[in-house]
Amino acid sequence: MKLDFEHIPAGHCENGVISSLLNYHGLKLSEAMIFGIGSGYFFAYMPFVKVNGIPLASFRPVPGMIFAKAAKRLGIEMKKQSFRKQPKRAMDELDKVLDKNLPVGIQAGVFHLSYFPPAYRFHFNAHNLTVYGKEDDTYFISDPVMEYPTTLTSDELKKVRFSKGALSPNGKMYYPINIPEEIDLKSAIRKGIKQTSDWMLTIPVPLFGVKGIRYLSKRLRNWPNKLGAKRAAAYLAQMVRMLEEIGTGGAGFRFIYAAFLQEAASVMEDDRYNELSKEMTKIGDKWRNFSSLAAQTCKGRSADPDGYNTVANLMLEIADDEEKFFTELRKLIK
Amino acid sequence: MEKDKVPQDEGITGGVSREVQYAIDENGKYVKVMSTGWEPKNIVNDLAWEDIQEQVDIANEKIESGKASAIMYFMAKNQMDITLLSNYIELPKWKVKRHLKPKGFSKLNQTQLENYAKIFEISVDELLKYKPNN
Repeated sequence: MKLDFEHIPAGHCENGVISSLLNYHGLKLSEAMIFGIGSGYFFAYMPFVKVNGIPLASFRPVPGMIFAKAAKRLGIEMKKQSFRKQPKRAMDELDKVLDKNLPVGIQAGVFHLSYFPPAYRFHFNAHNLTVYGKEDDTYFISDPVMEYPTTLTSDELKKVRFSKGALSPNGKMYYPINIPEEIDLKSAIRKGIKQTSDWMLTIPVPLFGVKGIRYLSKRLRNWPNKLGAKRAAAYLAQMVRMLEEIGTGGAGFRFIYAAFLQEAASVMEDDRYNELSKEMTKIGDKWRNFSSLAAQTCKGRSADPDGYNTVANLMLEIADDEEKFFTELRKLIK
Repeated sequence: MEKDKVPQDEGITGGVSREVQYAIDENGKYVKVMSTGWEPKNIVNDLAWEDIQEQVDIANEKIESGKASAIMYFMAKNQMDITLLSNYIELPKWKVKRHLKPKGFSKLNQTQLENYAKIFEISVDELLKYKPNN
């Protein structure tokens, strides 16, 4: 049995899965729209959370949050299930839901994902994909970060649903069970924007929002001194990966947000969103410039402080831009 | 970024897939453009793999000098540390640490060897016969 499911490649897995699940049920909302409504835009520097031993700089809120917030703001009811240490039950339950002709979103670890390009395969457990059918031992998979639909065997699927380590999925699966006939998109957009603006401007801890960008800029300047050439390059490289590697749509989600603002302009019937979308594109271009310069600095692992100072200065400039941007955006929803 | 400036630098996607990149078209409207990759991403991805290779090299040196068991190599190759491996093997970390030493490794029974081999997706034979540089 293979459902008539449209595979829609997306920038980011979490938004992509929700967007295509809703699409299956007749609700057409783009990935960018889900991202904006679910307040996916963020900045956080969390020195106490380490990935591969390196402090985490993130351009999005914790996995699962965009999804939960978007569903709530759209009034969509989702069924969510986890199966701690019960792989067999997790697979039986998945089959049961598929038998009801419902595609299912699941959380997966990337390391054992056999269809991924090898260079993508790290121990990252908060990936999302859709299962949309099963024939014998083969599951049909729509993974939004892949160009085309793909498949996994039963054993492979079980393995990625029960990967271990930080954010382990524990067989988590989800699917919409109730989608309202009428959706108040304007209100959902306002709520999404309000939260993102608040997060970026007013969290009273210097690690988040524009304050976080400034704080990290200060720390980053000292990396070559404090950590030595090799570690400093590893730290900076990881930042570029958070900005650009699979799942951000480029420039740490900044372009997806600009796309969201364009769509918001037509929903809200307000051209000012289009103007701000252009500003966001410029901010995204600056982050891309950051990635490009930072990668050059990482290459060859030079400890030359100039490279670090250049990107640190650029971050300060971006922090100012983002502060101005969200101050303006917030005015639109008042 | 404009649609025609979306980079197409072959690299980490390895010809297997292409990635979605958001860019504006000639009318200023956002569209999704498929990209084979971007050089800065290739650079930082390579760097991450160099670090993994370094761990593999360190493991091999320790195995050759009799300080570590083959598990250390397969652990590094699978990008694991002791914490993650102990999660997968469902044993406390102190036990895994023992198995990383040649002495502890030699005392593993068949079931334990099978469990490790399964996690590393190899056969028990490959685990037992592993030698660096062959």
